[in-house]
Amino acid sequence: MSSTLLLIQLLNGIQLGVLLFLIAAGLTLVFGVMGFINLAHGVQYMIGAYLTVWFYGMTGHFGAALLLALLAALALALFLEFAVFRHLYDRDHLDQVLATFGVILFLNQAVKVIWGPTPLVISPPEFLAGTFRLTENLNYSIWRIAIIMIGFTVAGLLWFLVTKTRIGMLVRAGATNAGMVGALGVNIRRLFMIVFGFGAMLAGFAGSIAAPIYSVEPGMGDGLLITAFVVIVIGGIGSIRGTFIAALLVGLVDTLGRSTITDILKLFLEPSAANQIGPALASMAIYILMAAVLFFRPEGLFPAQGRRA
Amino acid sequence: MKNLVSVAAVALSLAAAPVALAKDTLKVGMIVTLSGPPGALGNQARDGFQLALEEMGGKLGGMETEFILEDDELKADVAQSKARSLVEREEVDFVVGTIFSNMLAAIYKPVIQSGAFLISPNAGPSTFAGKNCHENFFVTSYQNNQNFEVLGKIATDKEYRKVFMLAPNYQAGKDAMAGFKQNYKGEIADEIFTPLGHKDFSAEIARIADAEADALFIFMPGGMGVRFVKQFRASGLADKMAFLSAFTVDETTLPAQKDDAVGMNGATNWAPDLDNEQTAAFTAAFEEKYGYIPGGYAMQAYDSAKLIDSAVTKAGGVGDKDAVRAALEAADFTSLRGDFSFNNNHYPVQDFYLLEVVKRDDGKYHTSIVEKVFDDYADSYADACKL
Amino acid sequence: MRAAAPALVAFMFLAAMPLLAEFWGGSYVTGLIMRAMILAIAALSLDLLIGTCGLVSFGHAAFLGIGAYTAGIAITEGTTDLATILGITIGISVLFALVTGAISLRTHGVTFIMITLAFGQMLFFTFSALSEYGGDDGLTLWERAYAYGLFEFEHGLFYTIFGLLVAIWLLLDRLRQSRFGRVLLAAKENSTRMETLGYGVFGYRLTAYVIAGVIAGIAGALTANEAEFVSPALSAWQRSGDLIIVVVLGGVGRRSGPVLGALAFVVLEEGLSSLTHDWRLIFGPLLIFIVLFAKGGLASLFERRQA
Repeated sequence: MSSTLLLIQLLNGIQLGVLLFLIAAGLTLVFGVMGFINLAHGVQYMIGAYLTVWFYGMTGHFGAALLLALLAALALALFLEFAVFRHLYDRDHLDQVLATFGVILFLNQAVKVIWGPTPLVISPPEFLAGTFRLTENLNYSIWRIAIIMIGFTVAGLLWFLVTKTRIGMLVRAGATNAGMVGALGVNIRRLFMIVFGFGAMLAGFAGSIAAPIYSVEPGMGDGLLITAFVVIVIGGIGSIRGTFIAALLVGLVDTLGRSTITDILKLFLEPSAANQIGPALASMAIYILMAAVLFFRPEGLFPAQGRRA
Repeated sequence: MKNLVSVAAVALSLAAAPVALAKDTLKVGMIVTLSGPPGALGNQARDGFQLALEEMGGKLGGMETEFILEDDELKADVAQSKARSLVEREEVDFVVGTIFSNMLAAIYKPVIQSGAFLISPNAGPSTFAGKNCHENFFVTSYQNNQNFEVLGKIATDKEYRKVFMLAPNYQAGKDAMAGFKQNYKGEIADEIFTPLGHKDFSAEIARIADAEADALFIFMPGGMGVRFVKQFRASGLADKMAFLSAFTVDETTLPAQKDDAVGMNGATNWAPDLDNEQTAAFTAAFEEKYGYIPGGYAMQAYDSAKLIDSAVTKAGGVGDKDAVRAALEAADFTSLRGDFSFNNNHYPVQDFYLLEVVKRDDGKYHTSIVEKVFDDYADSYADACKL
Repeated sequence: MRAAAPALVAFMFLAAMPLLAEFWGGSYVTGLIMRAMILAIAALSLDLLIGTCGLVSFGHAAFLGIGAYTAGIAITEGTTDLATILGITIGISVLFALVTGAISLRTHGVTFIMITLAFGQMLFFTFSALSEYGGDDGLTLWERAYAYGLFEFEHGLFYTIFGLLVAIWLLLDRLRQSRFGRVLLAAKENSTRMETLGYGVFGYRLTAYVIAGVIAGIAGALTANEAEFVSPALSAWQRSGDLIIVVVLGGVGRRSGPVLGALAFVVLEEGLSSLTHDWRLIFGPLLIFIVLFAKGGLASLFERRQA
């Protein structure tokens, strides 16, 4: 494999990791702080993407569309929190699973009814829409690089927010012992709402910036949701740092696995056999990774301090 | 016990026979995929069939027709349950379906066992073309491998020396690769299977760039095709090599691919600008009614309706199954494709074309005929069929 | 006894179903009910894990796949004897359950959920890669297993599934009330205490995990025979999710829960989807309402509220 190819795959892996991080960060906070399993988190990603395309059609300006989409995604999240999720915080995890699954069914179908089943596409903002020349016959999209940089910036901000601010301190304390924080006079309900809205907005943001490279379609968040869950348990639930590292790890393993496993197998198997086994093995790679991590460290790589699983 | 029941059943059906002969409504059920992103394909099939039905005044073969539409949701158990509902509860005379081969596999047995005719407007897997062919099963589209075989022939004719192959990792993808290789014997730069629903093709595109092949053979249906074409165009490779595709740039994906797909090639049995009277009329009427350009899925469903119409007319109703079957086999209708007949395995014998994506003056995109590649082309499984 | 009443009523209703279907719906309805009963068997086995052990497996559909593919491959290769097929199914299920259980049961809570998901997905991708047996397209069975003439009777398959459902329900009900079941229930509340009392909780749980796996494997083999078609989707995470939904919908750990949940799930899905293609717009909110207003699932609606 040429070094350009390897470079591209590293970049792709990191870019996937960054998107996963944006989705998983909200998931791990909501789960860590509120003990709430929100399957509908992946739908927030889809909604972010759809709203961006929709507002782009109206305004013709990517930045404006992104901003409007974020606000609308936030509004929807707060509405869901108010109408459904709030009543589930003190319920069994399985009740949460069933109810949020209901939300997924409804929103996936609603999106299809509103925007139709055909995948939608959108271009990135003009000044980032171009490509740059990577090798003689290959261009690489600037927007992908932009996604990586945006992702790292958001990760940095999030780290600052969680470790250096008062609200971040409360969130961390909440992740360790929500009851105690409440007893100390903090409005837990409001804290939950802020964490929830913020997490949903991050997922919506991931959808917005992913829209120009992936196609926007009903159910696009379902598969990513499962991968995001893989990320948060590998990283350790409630830990932003763990989630960030796990997201990059999963992104890289998935991307590199898909491109190398078949080739490696071809070294000592018939090409046809390698072509049959390789892709199946590559699809399993992140699950194998997760099973291995959980086998040796059931709490994940960076369990939130003092937290009992 | 079973004998007793069947005796009773025969007695009952004898008692009901006069009613059945006098029956003047025809029941047709359609099972296609309407949910999710692949729903765009099912929508075309639905619209194509309904257009034909409407043009014939809601009648097929002169009989008042009740049309029941079902969505298989691209789930095998759902497809099967819908199929059973159609044949066992609604007792339809014809089932028209499906779009996808795996859905056809799920409904095949229940429909065939019920004695209803099964007409596939798109899926044409090899599974039912050879030794598992059945007298009541007809395909109005193609055998799945054919479009790929046509592309292989094109690659050979154009003397491409080195081809890069890309398809999703599922059964149809594997058939695609095999089909292409049947008529192409040149060098294969590499053969890559991506996961189904693959989102990010930049790694594959980097490999394609590395391989420096003359042509790319690609099968990426639905949303995958939309994403691939976008990313391939952005990479700058689209201008450097030939693009030989099947089910990757068509009327269901072009509204999303737009300019990125213009000039790319495909191969299939029809295009909305095929030069014959009936196609011109069909395309115009379809656009007028539904506001988008029909693709092969719509055409094949339209032809399916015409086929049923011709058979019921000829057999004078659906009371005599053997007469209906013989009439279906005769395929005595004006296909939008012009030449059309059934092989012994009830898969079509038809012409295949090289297509190119063009932009119309009104800003819409469609595939356009470049040249005919095969005349009266039959599939390679028919020999194994004992019909 | 009251908790079992809804299930018993459901069984009586099911037993009469082929007769009722003569008047309404015919073989379409009996087919639907057969699928519901198989789903109930799988849900019963999952509830042994969730309700009795407190272990939420998100990869339980793996066993459905094992049973279905064993039957599918055996029949394709010419082995149609039902006893042989079930024997192989049970053998493979035990093996898979022992290996994955031994690893998964070291963990608990969400970690357990995710590690079972991992094993389920591995199996799903394995089935998808079986090109010789249809790959993703799935595999059509050209005949059913040979059950010594049983399936040739009118409704033979129906009553075979029905009989198995009742037998498995009774078995699991007994199991829950046995010493074995009480140890598991106590360990669900407080496993440390049970350990200190000298019970090898791990061994108990692994046994339960193997039993659940075998029952789900049998459900898978039945699915293959009922549908005469198997596909990898049977073992995908969505299917495992469906099983959890069915258990929760019916009522976790309730005697009638899985049976009611499975019947409601199939009937609702079928009924709503015949009303409109956008049936999920109704089904989704309906699930939310059930969670919000029927704590403890459908079974709780039939049980007397605790004072």
